[in-house]
Amino acid sequence: MSVGVLTLGILALAGAGFVLGRKRALSSVSGDPRNLHSLPGYHGQSVALFTAIPALLVMLIWLLLQPLFLEQRIATLLTPADIPDGSSQALVMSDVHRVAAGLDALAAKDGLSEQDIDLLRADLSDIRSRLAGVGVAVGDAIKPGVLTAAKAYRLQSATGRLVMGALALLLAVTGFGWSMRRITPEFRARNVFERFVVALLIGASMVAVLTTLGILLSLVFETRHFFQLYPARDFFFSLTWNPQFRGGSDLGIIPLLWGTLYVSFIALLVAVPLGLMAAIYLAEYAGKKTRTLAKPLIEVLAGIPTIVYGLFALITVGPALRDWFAQPLGLGSSASSVMTAGLVMGVMLIPFVSSLSDDIINAVPQSMRDGSYGLGATKSETVKQVILPAALPGIVGAVLLAASRAIGETMIVVMGAGAAARLDLNPFEAMTTVTVKIVSQLTGDTEFASPETLVAFALGLTLFVLTLGLNVLALYVVRKYREQYE
Amino acid sequence: MNDMTLTEKPVNASDIKITARNVQVYYGTTHAIKDVDVDIPDRTVTAFIGPSGCGKSTFLRCLNRMNDTISICRVTGNIALDGQDIYDKRVDPVQLRAKVGMVFQKPNPFPKSIYDNVAYGPKIHGMTRSRAELDEVVEGCLRRAALWNEVKDRLHAPGTGLSGGQQQRLCIARAIATSPEVLLMDEPCSALDPIATAQVEELIDELRSQFSVVIVTHSMQQAARVSQRTAFFHLGNLVEYGETGHIFTNPSDPRTESYITGRIG
Repeated sequence: MSVGVLTLGILALAGAGFVLGRKRALSSVSGDPRNLHSLPGYHGQSVALFTAIPALLVMLIWLLLQPLFLEQRIATLLTPADIPDGSSQALVMSDVHRVAAGLDALAAKDGLSEQDIDLLRADLSDIRSRLAGVGVAVGDAIKPGVLTAAKAYRLQSATGRLVMGALALLLAVTGFGWSMRRITPEFRARNVFERFVVALLIGASMVAVLTTLGILLSLVFETRHFFQLYPARDFFFSLTWNPQFRGGSDLGIIPLLWGTLYVSFIALLVAVPLGLMAAIYLAEYAGKKTRTLAKPLIEVLAGIPTIVYGLFALITVGPALRDWFAQPLGLGSSASSVMTAGLVMGVMLIPFVSSLSDDIINAVPQSMRDGSYGLGATKSETVKQVILPAALPGIVGAVLLAASRAIGETMIVVMGAGAAARLDLNPFEAMTTVTVKIVSQLTGDTEFASPETLVAFALGLTLFVLTLGLNVLALYVVRKYREQYE
Repeated sequence: MNDMTLTEKPVNASDIKITARNVQVYYGTTHAIKDVDVDIPDRTVTAFIGPSGCGKSTFLRCLNRMNDTISICRVTGNIALDGQDIYDKRVDPVQLRAKVGMVFQKPNPFPKSIYDNVAYGPKIHGMTRSRAELDEVVEGCLRRAALWNEVKDRLHAPGTGLSGGQQQRLCIARAIATSPEVLLMDEPCSALDPIATAQVEELIDELRSQFSVVIVTHSMQQAARVSQRTAFFHLGNLVEYGETGHIFTNPSDPRTESYITGRIG
């Protein structure tokens, strides 16, 4: 029985459970719902939940764990002779999967019975061409060991499915019967449903947390792998970034980190004053009409894809900066420069700063403004001395959020700042950032297990830690100053 | 209850501080204040009483042009402070508000230290020349607001950390720090408990020796306790205005009498 049909069956049973549970609850009080602790609908829901949830949960976990478990068992069937030179167990295992899928196709299209499949011999018949006949391409001639493994894989996964289906059905029926039996007028189905809602909400929030954890763990594992191949000291303290295809690369993070921070710094230098002043204008000075018109217009900037900003940097800003500033000042002749990327990224960040700050400034209670105006302060005095200090925690939060964005930004840097890793103070030189190098290291032609590729994970982890640090700092600042509000 | 003491309060209404003639206020199309004429004497506590929405707060906010900050609000008529029309084009509302201070219904200390709260006005108006002079002004204002003894050891703690009554006295100290001539108070005790209310009322009575105080209140007992003159507003009209004792014991308008005896409002 396929997973889809099984799921539908369980859901149908749950649906029936709802209707029957509701009916049973009503009939238990001879049709007068006032004598029930919970409304009949809650009784129905509790039956439906106890029918569907445990069964579906078991199915889900089983489906996730079965491949892992099978993989290990089948891998032990393979002998070293089955793994050719220059290949790896993982590659052979993927062959096993393909062959198993091919056998499934044979059974479906050619009507091969299970006995026939069991009798197939790799050394006697040309299985490869038969598989090709049903649309499954396998690279080499299939070795006997691989075929045996594939057969075992098929059988065991079929058994696994069967057991899973039986277990899920059993759970559904048991849950159905048990929850039907416990329906009495006193049964607190309402509270049961409440607990289910809590569990659902906790589950939803766990998804985000677990995903973060998963991302972090995958980064950590690959990074550890990288540090086994490349010394951590060189990674953190070497001043050169010079990856080579044939090994012997210098993979120092410092030039990249410098580029990242330099570009982000310039971007924030543009975005924070402009964004903040725009926010103050919108929140304190602009009339209602201007505000309803200007705010969405500024926020349009946030909706422009970063690649478009990148184009703008590459085609317009870069050459303009080179022709009007860098060359006349003798500071360089490169169109891609830290300045280009920083300025364009700064424009991109304006709406982040302005929109958040605007909301925060608006959240400062009107009584603060009244108090200040009542003492004879002008608008700008009020803004500078009362509103901005009151809104400071939120504004700092907005700025740090923008900083996180700047540090993580890739596209604008690729197109605006170039790809040369360099430690330099001159803002008109081409430099590059951590994110750009992650892209170029992972999309190159180098072998995946080499330090040149794995360095991307170490870079990613560094970036993660950096932005995490910024977020923690933001939280700290907001907490520390929040009490002064109210 | 303490009606007996009312008539004994001295009224030194020698000179008039604020004169209002034919004042009309509109919020959009709503006519909020109609034909109000009033003379507010110097060094006196004048109370505005009346049911909610009768316009007493609106009229109070006309006296220091706080209504200017509300875009749909329009004021016509003549309001003069010491004979000078405050709605004249040559009058800067910002300067006016330094002369006519205001204390609000809910204590609204700035998210700054106690010291900076009081020093705010003197600083923005450049009223002191040295730090020592500013210290003196701050101490003086806190003393006059009867708060000095409670906060002298923590002048640099945030003003928002004080209790409600202390916060309101801090706001009063902040308002008198700009040396205003008139102090407007918009229901200054409505967010306070009875003890804090008593302290603020006592303070108001002391402030009378230096300023002309105008207080809006919902509590008729409070009006009777602190004010020498009372104005009764109803539906945007000034119904009756006179000595507090007179208004409370012998109102001439039937609406005043019904309000005071609790039949309207």
